[in-house]
Amino acid sequence: MAQLIQPRPMTRGRQIDLPQILAYALLTLGAVTMVVPFFWMISTSMKTVSEILKPQFFPSAPTLENYVTVMTRTLFPTWYFNSLLAATASTLSVAFFDSLVGYVFAKFEFPLKKVFFVLVLMTLMVPTEMLVIPWYIMAVGVKLQDSLLGIVFPGLVTATGVFLMRQSFFAVPDELIDAARIDGMHEFGIFTTIAWPLVKSAVAAVCIFNFLGNWNAFIWPLIVTSKRATMTLPIGLSFFSGEAGSDWHLIMTGATIATVPLLIVFLFFQRQIIKGIALTGIKA
Amino acid sequence: MSLRTRRILWAYAFILIPLLFFIVIRAYPTLFAFNISLHDWNPLRTGDQPFIGIDNFARFLKDIADPNHVTRKAFENTAKYVLLGVPIQLALSLSIALLLNTIKRWVTLFRVIYFIPFVTSAVAVAWVWRSLYMPDFGAINLLLDAFHIPSQRFLLDINQSLPSVTAVVVWQGLGFAVIIFLAGLQQIPEVYYEAARVDGANRLQVFRGITIPLLNSSIVYLAVLQTIGFLRMFAEVLNLSRQGDGGPINSTTTVVLRVYREGFGSFNMGYAATLTVILFAIILVITIVQLRFLQRRFDY
Repeated sequence: MAQLIQPRPMTRGRQIDLPQILAYALLTLGAVTMVVPFFWMISTSMKTVSEILKPQFFPSAPTLENYVTVMTRTLFPTWYFNSLLAATASTLSVAFFDSLVGYVFAKFEFPLKKVFFVLVLMTLMVPTEMLVIPWYIMAVGVKLQDSLLGIVFPGLVTATGVFLMRQSFFAVPDELIDAARIDGMHEFGIFTTIAWPLVKSAVAAVCIFNFLGNWNAFIWPLIVTSKRATMTLPIGLSFFSGEAGSDWHLIMTGATIATVPLLIVFLFFQRQIIKGIALTGIKA
Repeated sequence: MSLRTRRILWAYAFILIPLLFFIVIRAYPTLFAFNISLHDWNPLRTGDQPFIGIDNFARFLKDIADPNHVTRKAFENTAKYVLLGVPIQLALSLSIALLLNTIKRWVTLFRVIYFIPFVTSAVAVAWVWRSLYMPDFGAINLLLDAFHIPSQRFLLDINQSLPSVTAVVVWQGLGFAVIIFLAGLQQIPEVYYEAARVDGANRLQVFRGITIPLLNSSIVYLAVLQTIGFLRMFAEVLNLSRQGDGGPINSTTTVVLRVYREGFGSFNMGYAATLTVILFAIILVITIVQLRFLQRRFDY
């Protein structure tokens, strides 16, 4: 059978491969569509007020003045700090609790285990939109509006993270855990020093997605904050832009400030992020 | 105390706090939402919230029966977003993934570029596109002008606004779907293609007979995810319409935007909760129906 399948003769060798060129051309066209809006954003952010309503793509004299204005005369630095704090706090909590619960579901046997696991999975079915009204009423009840805890409490443990971590801990050999037990190590120590380091890449993936998701979160922070000073970046940007009218140079400056640093971080971690999505199919 | 009991106690100790979290922050509020939907719930009211049974659901039926009601528009528009957005997004992302699968170099570079909008916040994306869409000076109209096409009003036009919003959402979500499809394509064993080649199958036959059936799980997965995504659309519409009202004349408003306006604009939380219960039911039914397709068997 093998000798029947002859390798195709290399007639195309050096010739121009039309389908390939077409593929590159179409992909480049698509790629341009992906990045032009960002160039437009940055370009507009460098225009002066007299140029923003003129039909031109690039500023005739690029200026960084808008950045000075936005950083000194608006609450952008505060919103930035709030977002950083909220995303970091929830990610630290998720890194600890999601892996701990995932570890228990993967490596322990105990009564009601199935019931608990199904309970966790069932919470995945309920969309956030259905929970924001109860959360709001609860948050008002314990006076959590306009606070960091109010913004982050819904995301301190995540069902997706628990599920992913459980899958990863399955790969950790039981013998390793048993050996540590025989050595007299207590269970929490085994988790932190033996098991956890073995699933570091999964923890990293969960953390990156969680950070991104919290950084970009909109509906809940919008509802739970009403004071300017407690808003996160997306909420602040939304309010600021809504009030800026046709000051597109300032709106685009705000949008640039809100996106570019995160894009740089993304380019830094792009390999892990894309690999993580391809493996897990999880949406941030 | 036996070793087994000790381990069980450890397990309970480990999951105690997270389990309480899931009960208090996830399970209880789900039931609470159903309960709120049975009340005339106004957070500004100081006394008890009056129980009104299924009155909110009756009001919902009355609202969607009225062709001019904003709630009816919200449900209509949301259906349009799904029917327009999901097929376009699937077709575009599959095409891009197939193209990426044929080229030999720069695959990583293209993948990263297509993925950039996905990691950007929907709010920033919405405002950039609002600027791109502007008549007279927006970049898209500058491009149209270069081809001598008259300036379009896009988001400001009642007939163009919904497709314009859809385009933004499709643009932003494309990279994610491309990566899922690419991962799916790379899992198809090369031998199937070789076998088809030996049998003399042409490109279209290979695509219909091998690629599509073997990508079935990716297609269904993305269709479910994107349908749910479009059903939950909110941030994009709020930021793409003037005053965040889902305009012009409610032409872009969505179910979740109605939830937000009813619950946190008019403080009519009973009715807002009712809308979320209905949205939840729709999402549940669509997910179950679409997952049925996942179980469908193909003859290779």
